[in-house]
Amino acid sequence: MSDLPGDLLYTKDHEWLRREEDGSVTIGITDHAQSSLGDLVYVELPEVGQDVDDGGEMAVVESVKAASDVYAPIAGNIAAINEDLADNPEAINSDPYGDGWIVRLTPSDGVDESALMTPDDYQQFIDELDD
Amino acid sequence: MPFIPHTEKDTREMLQTIGADSIADLFDEIPAELMIEHLPHVPEALSEMEVSRLMRQRAKMDGSPMCFIGAGAYEHHIPTAVWDIATRGEFYSAYTPYQAEASQGTLQTIYEYQTMITELTGLDVSNASLYDGASALAEASLMTVRINRRVKTGRILLAPGVNPVYEQVAAAIAGAQGLTFERLPQDAASGNIDFESLPDGREPAAVVVQLPSFVGTLDDVDRLTDWAHAQGALVIGVVNPTSLAILRPPGQWGEEGADIAIGEGQPLGVPMSSGGPYFGFMTCKQKHVRQMPGRIVGRTTDLDGNPGFALTLQAREQHIRRSKATSNICTNQGLMVTAATIYMSLLGHEGLVSVANTSHANTARLADGLTAIDGVERMYGGPFFHEVALKLDRPVAPILKALADRDILGGFDLTPIIAADALLVCATETKTAADIESYVDAFADVMANGT
Repeated sequence: MSDLPGDLLYTKDHEWLRREEDGSVTIGITDHAQSSLGDLVYVELPEVGQDVDDGGEMAVVESVKAASDVYAPIAGNIAAINEDLADNPEAINSDPYGDGWIVRLTPSDGVDESALMTPDDYQQFIDELDD
Repeated sequence: MPFIPHTEKDTREMLQTIGADSIADLFDEIPAELMIEHLPHVPEALSEMEVSRLMRQRAKMDGSPMCFIGAGAYEHHIPTAVWDIATRGEFYSAYTPYQAEASQGTLQTIYEYQTMITELTGLDVSNASLYDGASALAEASLMTVRINRRVKTGRILLAPGVNPVYEQVAAAIAGAQGLTFERLPQDAASGNIDFESLPDGREPAAVVVQLPSFVGTLDDVDRLTDWAHAQGALVIGVVNPTSLAILRPPGQWGEEGADIAIGEGQPLGVPMSSGGPYFGFMTCKQKHVRQMPGRIVGRTTDLDGNPGFALTLQAREQHIRRSKATSNICTNQGLMVTAATIYMSLLGHEGLVSVANTSHANTARLADGLTAIDGVERMYGGPFFHEVALKLDRPVAPILKALADRDILGGFDLTPIIAADALLVCATETKTAADIESYVDAFADVMANGT
């Protein structure tokens, strides 16, 4: 069973979103994603100020056995990146919803929650993947 | 690790497994009109005996001229042990094995090669080699564009001394990916960069500096490196590995050092043979390693605590990263690298310094002899390593032809490249004082008598 905080939204690409009070959105990868990837060794981050399209490549997480793209779940502008990941990529393994956050986006067209999953939906989604 | 071909039985079993009747079936989806049964310009197969005879005849046509041509490939003495060892069954493969970790000896050789090349270039990490020096420039240029993401221009500025062939190859490979290659201004007297008219604000992704330059001169690499970094560019150093025995390595250029060093590895134990196979080397600063193309061998410890070797940082590579790989190069010039590793091991630091110093002294002696002839002078002032450009008072081609008739390859004709009657000559440690004297005498004779 992987850990799924109830206050977050999820995507089919195994990312999570947290809506912050200032309107920005913090994004990371889920506990399920980090445990599938294994020990992370490197995270390639975008530049602050860069625009990203909905579904566009935003970052790369690399483990000892694979490298995966992290896609932008909504269109926006990169407001902040988690620079600590440069020296400490394993934070994504140990704390995927906290210290392991990857970027913070300022949405350009708001957040379409209907395109995202609730914790229950995401749980069902990964249960089906495991079947 | 031996090469084991498929037997007919293997082939049959594999075809059965995938449900195909024959090898030809595998090509079914290629439209018939695109299939060529017979290549008109490719002759019928020959037997081993016939091929040997043909090649002996052709080799004879080369003769055994005395070679004073450099211009990117250099004749050096290769101790017999180099190829004796490199062609042992355990080493004699052009490939990095696919089941890499099963071949600990091969990986150890590559690891030692990487260690020596990083020591020579003064940088942190080396890959397991690339195809040749020219394609290494293309790969290094692409690498700088990936690293230097803030710079959107795709512009690579080349010092005037960068080998023109390298520029052509790099433009052919990287041009289609939006990179452009532009030359920095040259100071006519020195042949080096004209620092007075360097273009500020061009936002280059990288500046490429070659030392020694293609025409043999030594640029002020410190000043150019610092200028490039001030422009927000990365610095790619193109270097001759032999010269690094006595010249300052790229890792120590300027305040911060070059970011990437590349070059042609041929001078390290690979014979000159009609253009190849040679190998390219590439090293970089640790912080750029994830953007470096090619294979990298690392040292590790196995479960029993014994040292071992493994391919490392493979997530950059094509078989894992797919279309996002740093390069489509997932191989290296294994055999050439093996020879280079043995060559460097046999010569050691002192041996390499001695080769470099002797080559420099011989070229200086040759230049002195030739410039004493009427109508011959140095093209550029300033110091050189083992190659020097000479300006003649008449066309170069007929002179080279007359020398070739005397079994002397007199040098590289620079006329088409620098629009002057100029000749690039090189005398490595393979030339004796008598060789140099006989070349100078022949040259003087040709200049005086025409043939």
